[in-house]
Amino acid sequence: MLSYLVRRIVATIPVVLLVALFVFSLLYIAPGDPAAIIAGDQATPADVDRIRASLGLDRPFLVRFFDWFWHILHGDLGTSIFTNLPVTHMIAQRIEPTLSLMTLTLILSLGCAIPMGVVAAWKHGTWIDSAVMMTAVLGFSTPVFVIGYVLAYVFALRLDWLPVQGFTPISQGLWPFLRNLILPSIALGLVYMALIARITRATMLDVLAQDYVRTAKAKGVGQRGVLFVHALKNAAVPIVTIVGIGFAALIGGAVVTESVFAIPGLGRLTVDAILRRDYPVIQGVVLLFSFIYVLVNLGVDLLYTLFDPRIRY
Amino acid sequence: MDRRSFLKTAAVAATSALAAPRLSLAADSKTLRFIPQANLANLDPIWTTQYVVRNGALLIWDMLYGVDDKLQPQPQMCEGHEASADFKTWTFKLRPELKFHDGEPVLAKDAIASILRWMARDATMGGPIKRQMEALEVVDDRTFRFRLNKPYPKMLFALGKSSTPSLFIMPERIAATDPFKQISDYVGSGPMRFNKDEWVPGAKAIFEKFGAYAPRPEKANWLSGGKRINFDRIEWQIVPDVGTAAAALQNGEVDWWETPSSDLVPLLKKNGKIAVDIADPLGNIGSFRINHLHPPFNDVRARKAIQIALSQEDYMGAVVGDDESLWKTLPGFFTPDTPLYTETGGEALKGKRDYELAKRLLAESGYKNEPVVLLVATDLGIVKSQCDVTADLLKRIGVNVDYQALDWGTVGQRRAKKDLPSQGGWNIFHTWHAGADCVNPAPYIALDASGDTAWFGWPKSDLVQEKIAAWYAAPDLTAEKEAVAELNAAAMDHVVYVPTGFFKQYQAWRRNISGVVKAPFPVFWDVVKA
Repeated sequence: MLSYLVRRIVATIPVVLLVALFVFSLLYIAPGDPAAIIAGDQATPADVDRIRASLGLDRPFLVRFFDWFWHILHGDLGTSIFTNLPVTHMIAQRIEPTLSLMTLTLILSLGCAIPMGVVAAWKHGTWIDSAVMMTAVLGFSTPVFVIGYVLAYVFALRLDWLPVQGFTPISQGLWPFLRNLILPSIALGLVYMALIARITRATMLDVLAQDYVRTAKAKGVGQRGVLFVHALKNAAVPIVTIVGIGFAALIGGAVVTESVFAIPGLGRLTVDAILRRDYPVIQGVVLLFSFIYVLVNLGVDLLYTLFDPRIRY
Repeated sequence: MDRRSFLKTAAVAATSALAAPRLSLAADSKTLRFIPQANLANLDPIWTTQYVVRNGALLIWDMLYGVDDKLQPQPQMCEGHEASADFKTWTFKLRPELKFHDGEPVLAKDAIASILRWMARDATMGGPIKRQMEALEVVDDRTFRFRLNKPYPKMLFALGKSSTPSLFIMPERIAATDPFKQISDYVGSGPMRFNKDEWVPGAKAIFEKFGAYAPRPEKANWLSGGKRINFDRIEWQIVPDVGTAAAALQNGEVDWWETPSSDLVPLLKKNGKIAVDIADPLGNIGSFRINHLHPPFNDVRARKAIQIALSQEDYMGAVVGDDESLWKTLPGFFTPDTPLYTETGGEALKGKRDYELAKRLLAESGYKNEPVVLLVATDLGIVKSQCDVTADLLKRIGVNVDYQALDWGTVGQRRAKKDLPSQGGWNIFHTWHAGADCVNPAPYIALDASGDTAWFGWPKSDLVQEKIAAWYAAPDLTAEKEAVAELNAAAMDHVVYVPTGFFKQYQAWRRNISGVVKAPFPVFWDVVKA
């Protein structure tokens, strides 16, 4: 197992570097000019040219790539063209809000979706099943920003229970921290919840039809025991898979959610950087996201062994 | 207690607990929370000319002169000046009590270093002064002197200009930074310190009161007079989504929103706790920018076709909506209600629009249905609205439109290309100019018609350039007005660009804030929060 873990972690490095090369190449051929944005609307073409030269953006592709790659090898993600701050510093500033949002979203969506899916499968064909599936379809088909606006309107503007926007670090207290994250987590989590609830229901229906479930019932195991001890554990592998795959959707959703709720996270940093063509920041954030995604997939693979002892690496 | 009783009790408790709190986040009266017009991604007002950076810089750094609401430069860091009769020698004396945020006194050497860095980047006034400058020298710790080889009567306007880049006074060691490289030390000379530790670019910027700042004794008036700050802390919160910004203002999470979206203004006006008013009395001028290098618009007849077909009402309706108090037609290039405003030569933009004549003029120019490249920045509402009207207009007069949907970053790159439109160049893009930059020819880079060195589109007209020079040489307001009237007519005749109208925007603030004034920039001095 340990050697497998080491091999998988080492294998992430070429994946991440390939992603980096791909992103670097894409950015190079993509249109857009940070120098023109820096110079502002009133600048002359000569000003723009000088700024471009001062940023080194007039150098050939290979020179820029190897320069960047050399710095990456030394753990230096570069300096933002616009803020003049190290990219690592900017990522460090933004990582807490994004991780907090994603963690709370995962807790909320898994905490709701799995019981919903289990109950829907248990009460298959009843109004409870229909209600759960309707909720799932609604959650799945409503855009995150629409959910966000509705939640903000109801819970912030009408009821004044929660703030519309912003982020408070956990170091300033648990309630201030949660207060800012509840609405965005619900908005972001609804899609995720719907996805997991549907998969849980489908997998549970399949498992509940298996012989060993009938055997467990015949041996007098209670309904709760059948559902959560025997069936759910065996249904866990596809659910864990979809949780892992859905993580990518969560990253994408975080970009929108952070904009709607003005959360200063990595999603907004990415959007701002793309709009301004802040190449070092885009490259740094994409590297980070690809690394996280590879790690999540590794985590999913390892969880398989927990739920299904037959799986060995 | 059985299960049902427990659930009922818990539900009642939860409901009452949730109904009680009013959680909107009030801040104390010494903290002002402000949503600026855009993200404050950096803070070097010389390195970049973005208005949002200038606005932040106004808090951190002071200026030698500052304009008032009559657009007149008034002494700010300067105690006064002496100009020779021929306007070739200008001597300035700094106020004695000025201090930088690190406690060091503001000296003449700091002013000179700041002026030199500004001159290297200001093409409109700083550059021309530098070209005719024989010396810029320290006389004593508080006095410095310009010696010029030609008269420059508009020196005070240059030192106090609010159009970007403005001249901010920094310590010599910071001002010595290459003008094309960004500064990273924000020690200022203004009423607020920048808190770099709390800065999260794209999210928030914090300014803290500088206790040793010495305001002038006069009452504040725009960028002049005593800049007295009534807050210990001003927090700039970047809220990218306008719907969220509106909700945050209604919920009391922010105090002041610099540029509310015009379609949300009716909603804000309905809220009794929010005041809404015009932000900048000098407004903005919409611009239909034409590439003069390539067919069909290298022929003045094709440019005139646009001029006589274009309906400013259509453009302004698309930009600011139904609120007619926000816009007016503009048959000229200069900002309405300012001393040099003129409509001389603007007849082509008045009256009924004539599509048939436009078609004839296009045909006479030799246009044969080639694609006309329209660069559309879809991420800027004002630009996108104008482009949509233009696409419709061009179709109406028989132009084959190549509508290229891009973002502003890409438009910024493409518009600098002089290549043929079919090879990555362009024919038309839209933008807008702050009215404050269009009050006279000095900051008005869009009106420059010097050809290769002109702004994007590269118009070339010796007559326009001659009239701009006449304004610079004008000894008094009467002569300035005469020169500008002739300039307006010449620029209209050459169709340097086509103004799409004059429009204003709102600002909105909570009613517990008082002292908000109308200006081309947010004025924080004398604002009070109850």
